Amino acid sequence: MLENYTPIFLMIGVAMAFGIVMSKVNEILGPKRRNSDKYSTYESGMEPLRSTRERFSIKYYMVAMLFIVFDIEIVFMYPWAVTYKHLGFSGFIVMASFIFVLLLGYYFVWKKGALEWD
Amino acid sequence: MDVYISDILLNAPFEIVVLTALIVLVLESTRGTRPNISSWTSIGGLSLAAVAALTNLGASVETFGGMLQSGGFANYYGALFCISAVMTILFSRNYFERQNYHRGEAYILLLFATLGMMVIAASNDLIMIFLGIELMSICLYVLAGLFRHRDRSNEASLKYFLLGAFATGFLLYGIALIYGSTGTTNIASIRTAFPHVSHDLLFLTGSGLLLAGFAFKIAAVPFHMWAPDVYEGSPTPISGFMSTGAKAAAFAALIAVFSRVFGPSENAVHQIIALIAAASMIAGNVVALAQSNLKRLLAYSSIAHAGYMLVGLAAGTADGQIGVMYYLAVYALMNLGAFGIIGALETENDQNLQMDDYAGLSEREPVLAACMAVFLFGLAGFPPLAGFFGKYYVFLAAVKARLLWLAVIGVLASLMSAYYYLRIIVFMYFEKTKAESVPISVPMSVRWTVIFCAVLVLLFGLFPSVIVQTVLRVLF
Amino acid sequence: MISELSIALVLLPLLGFLFLGLFGARLKNEKIIGFLGSAAVGISFILALFIFAQMAAAGPEQRKYTVNLFTWFSAFTGSPGGLSISAAYQIDQLSILLTLIVTGVGFLIHIYSIGYMHGDPGFWRFFAYMNLFIFTMLNLVLADNFVLMFLGWEGVGLCSYLLIGFWYEKKPAGDAAKKAFIVNRIGDIGFLLGMFLIFAAFGSLNFDTVFAGASSVSRNNSTMLWICLLLFLGATGKSAQIPLFVWLPDAMAGPTPVSALIHAATMVTAGVYMIARCSILYAAAPAALTVVAVVGAATAIFAATIGLVQNDIKKILAYSTISQLGYMFLALGVAAFSAGIFHLMTHAFFKALLFLGSGAVIHAMHEEQDIQKMGGLKKYLPVTYRTFLIGAIAISGIPPLAGFFSKDEILWKTATGDQGSWLLWFVGLLGAILTAFYMFRLVTLTFEGEPRFDEHRLHPHEAPKTMTVPLIILAGLSIAGGWIGIPHANALEHWLDPVFAPAQMKLLASESGSTGLEIILMIVSVSAAAAGIYAARRLYLQYPGKERAAAKRFPVLYRILSQKYYIDEIYDAVVVKPIASISEKILWKGIDKGAIDGSVNGAASFISSCAQLLRKVQNGVAQFYAVMFVGGILFILTWLLFR
Repeated sequence: MLENYTPIFLMIGVAMAFGIVMSKVNEILGPKRRNSDKYSTYESGMEPLRSTRERFSIKYYMVAMLFIVFDIEIVFMYPWAVTYKHLGFSGFIVMASFIFVLLLGYYFVWKKGALEWD
Repeated sequence: MDVYISDILLNAPFEIVVLTALIVLVLESTRGTRPNISSWTSIGGLSLAAVAALTNLGASVETFGGMLQSGGFANYYGALFCISAVMTILFSRNYFERQNYHRGEAYILLLFATLGMMVIAASNDLIMIFLGIELMSICLYVLAGLFRHRDRSNEASLKYFLLGAFATGFLLYGIALIYGSTGTTNIASIRTAFPHVSHDLLFLTGSGLLLAGFAFKIAAVPFHMWAPDVYEGSPTPISGFMSTGAKAAAFAALIAVFSRVFGPSENAVHQIIALIAAASMIAGNVVALAQSNLKRLLAYSSIAHAGYMLVGLAAGTADGQIGVMYYLAVYALMNLGAFGIIGALETENDQNLQMDDYAGLSEREPVLAACMAVFLFGLAGFPPLAGFFGKYYVFLAAVKARLLWLAVIGVLASLMSAYYYLRIIVFMYFEKTKAESVPISVPMSVRWTVIFCAVLVLLFGLFPSVIVQTVLRVLF
Repeated sequence: MISELSIALVLLPLLGFLFLGLFGARLKNEKIIGFLGSAAVGISFILALFIFAQMAAAGPEQRKYTVNLFTWFSAFTGSPGGLSISAAYQIDQLSILLTLIVTGVGFLIHIYSIGYMHGDPGFWRFFAYMNLFIFTMLNLVLADNFVLMFLGWEGVGLCSYLLIGFWYEKKPAGDAAKKAFIVNRIGDIGFLLGMFLIFAAFGSLNFDTVFAGASSVSRNNSTMLWICLLLFLGATGKSAQIPLFVWLPDAMAGPTPVSALIHAATMVTAGVYMIARCSILYAAAPAALTVVAVVGAATAIFAATIGLVQNDIKKILAYSTISQLGYMFLALGVAAFSAGIFHLMTHAFFKALLFLGSGAVIHAMHEEQDIQKMGGLKKYLPVTYRTFLIGAIAISGIPPLAGFFSKDEILWKTATGDQGSWLLWFVGLLGAILTAFYMFRLVTLTFEGEPRFDEHRLHPHEAPKTMTVPLIILAGLSIAGGWIGIPHANALEHWLDPVFAPAQMKLLASESGSTGLEIILMIVSVSAAAAGIYAARRLYLQYPGKERAAAKRFPVLYRILSQKYYIDEIYDAVVVKPIASISEKILWKGIDKGAIDGSVNGAASFISSCAQLLRKVQNGVAQFYAVMFVGGILFILTWLLFR
């Protein structure tokens, strides 16, 4: 039964080989000029000022997480909308309760101040 | 696909927990945190859900299009989780207050974690199991890190999250492979397909990964490494909840998948479970011997107990399942009680957790010391306490399934465990109180909860048939 | 109805125990504690009376009820060798009788204790233990299987231990408690082994099943003989018979109401009850019955001779109890089961009375127990004296008091029954004379003659009402209690007949002997008792110094008797010392310290070094944990795929 997977294994092998070969070829063939400008970090032509290991404010994460939650809500709603007529009233009830629960979460987040930027 | 009223009625315990959680959520957000109201509301809702679960211990019925299984099996576990959660809340109230971190969010998370556990136990589909596990785990990750200002708590939370996510990946991959080989995620359908795929490479790999994912949740060797660090760093009542509720939930999933799909036939999966069980019993007990911090000690002991329970699963027979389900119930009582006492005696900044802090406890707190002794004797498996019958049933099942070597290892391992459990008792009863020990006032609610647990441990030991009859009714 | 009543009957003392045990220390008020403790037992007694009335109203066929509470535990049911034990009570003619005695006498003694224990710091503890005792004793007599009976059996042993050692701060009390417990353990081993054999032979431990099986086994079966002998060993422990009687005299270190309730009226008769309950087993092994009869008769006379020369008022009564228990076993041994139970009942009345009376005396004399230092108490303690006298006459066997009827019944059956013999009868008669003698020695030295204590320093006064009223009631029972067993109109025997009929059938017992002979024997035994009384009164009233003279005349005999045949010393030298030295030199130093400790310590140090090693694996690095995880998965997959 493993032969069913032969194309996949072949594909994996080819992709890995391609990647390795290409980067190696680049390394061998490419011209090399060693100076300090070449070895410094490139940042849009600006001089790098601070450590790159900087902490972002928690607010970014909050927004990102909230975004995912509501994004997934939309993902759920697409197939639901497509089969809406087929599902009928019970489908409506189910989606309504889903959105209601989500709204309560939204209310919680709002009241707890997760949406305030300052 | 219609949602029938009967489905909703049959799943009443779930809905009660969901509604309670939502109510607490709204309560918490409208007027700021009010932990007293939140905790009592949660206790009320969970108790109601437990009652609703206990009133319906009949045969299992498929609901919601075969996604959930309502009835005895689910409700037995549901009641177990709800009762564990109630006790955890009763212990937490005082604990959080004394640690100066009493916020209502903890109860919302506890409620959702409980819901996740209930979903696991009720699911009839791998996807639902996954959903339940995620719901439970995410809440527990946060609960582990509830004390944000403490390094240990943060460490526990992060480690649990990282390794939990890692394990979830394997779990999901296992589910995908099983789906790939059988074309379904429905457990009943997998059961029907099993004879055709029992030697299928994909299917076996999938089951192996699934087993690893569950073994992580029950903290069985070698997937146990997170448990000591996490149990030690988490707030103590939460550690108790994780070591009982989460473990029981994963066991429910193990029974649902492995016992139902693989049946009593002797096969490689059962051998693997037997090996994991043996390793857990040995490693858990051996390392526990070297511990002096009680939370860490109980973490290792909980690894060993996962091993004992796996013995029942390794047998693969109905006897084994009965043993595991009995064991889970009494283990929950004993471990929750023990963690409750440890939490009640813990002082700020993780102090008063060493074994010698318990010296002379019998003089200072005779009732708590006596209850602790009951729990420890029960965990060690002394008759006539409930823990003895738990071990008796699983080992008996192993012997009947011709796994004599496993039963022998189990008995030897529990002999070993007696050493460290008894050491605590020796400290409590035969050592003098240290001069610098600070007196602690333990509130009545905690006391009565502990006494209640201890009495139940005694009663279930004296009348094991009460639970066993229930389990029999639920399983068959 | 009966089932609810009987459950309540048993549970009430348990509730009393739990309540007093949990909250007794906080209840400062003795009246409330005493009331609750007594009420729990009193209500139980009323319930027992109720059940009894219902049973009496029902026909003889319907006088047996089984109350199943729950399945206690079960193992392998459905397969051969399966065992299922229920917590179930069996109420029949025999057990209800015992229940009435236990709760009735128990209630009176509880009331008495309110006065007796007044002012004791352990007042609540005492009542809690007493209630626990009643609960366990009821379990013993009402059990419908051997396991529950054994639970009660152990439970009363525990209560006995707790109550003998009630004043644990006194060393003799603690020692006596330990002695009682250890000696009883020897008997318990017999009981346990007997139970195992029963299970092996009948595949059940339920009374009905076992007894039904026993009624069809052949007589003189060796298994049955062993079962009976082992059970009897258990009975000798609990009921203080040769060779395990040594604990009972020491047990008098406990409070006097305890001696009355546990060590005279109820617990010590458990062995008698057990053998009567198993009558059908013994009927299948008549040789065992002979052993019972001989041991009973021997104990009766043996203990009576020791009782002759004791000076401690409670010790005399203790030896008297052993001797009377011997009579009961004699009755059982000659297959006169109902006579044995009859004597058990009357003995419960008059011996409880005598003990409580002695308690009143001890109370009045400020804890003095030596009768040589008493005398003339008649005028100080009129009520105690009169009731005590009634008890003494009853135990001596003078008609028409209770003891006469039961003892006469035993002697008559011993002489004429199929299992009896004239030799045993003669021993019994001798015992009766001795009984009358030592009892009236006790009465005379205690209450009559001139006071031998300092009347100016000590002013004995009569006990309070809570103590005297139970005495009066028990005195009434000691007079009238025997009338239900008047020969030829024996209501008790008739009542118990259905219980013992199978055993009698199996033994093919026949009545022999004529009424004329019966009357002659009766006259002989009464005149023997009268002779004993006369001799005692004459000796101690008119020639007070004679005892010492007699002691000088026969110094060896006197020494032997007053030192109780040196039985304790013999046991110490033959059993205790060798065992102690074997256990110290060989078991402890050789095997335990050397072999076992050595290997255990070796194993322990090996394991703890493993533990230290494994601990290092837990290094706290999450990445490493993940590596372990992957290792585990690789292992699982390898096993699954390439096994």
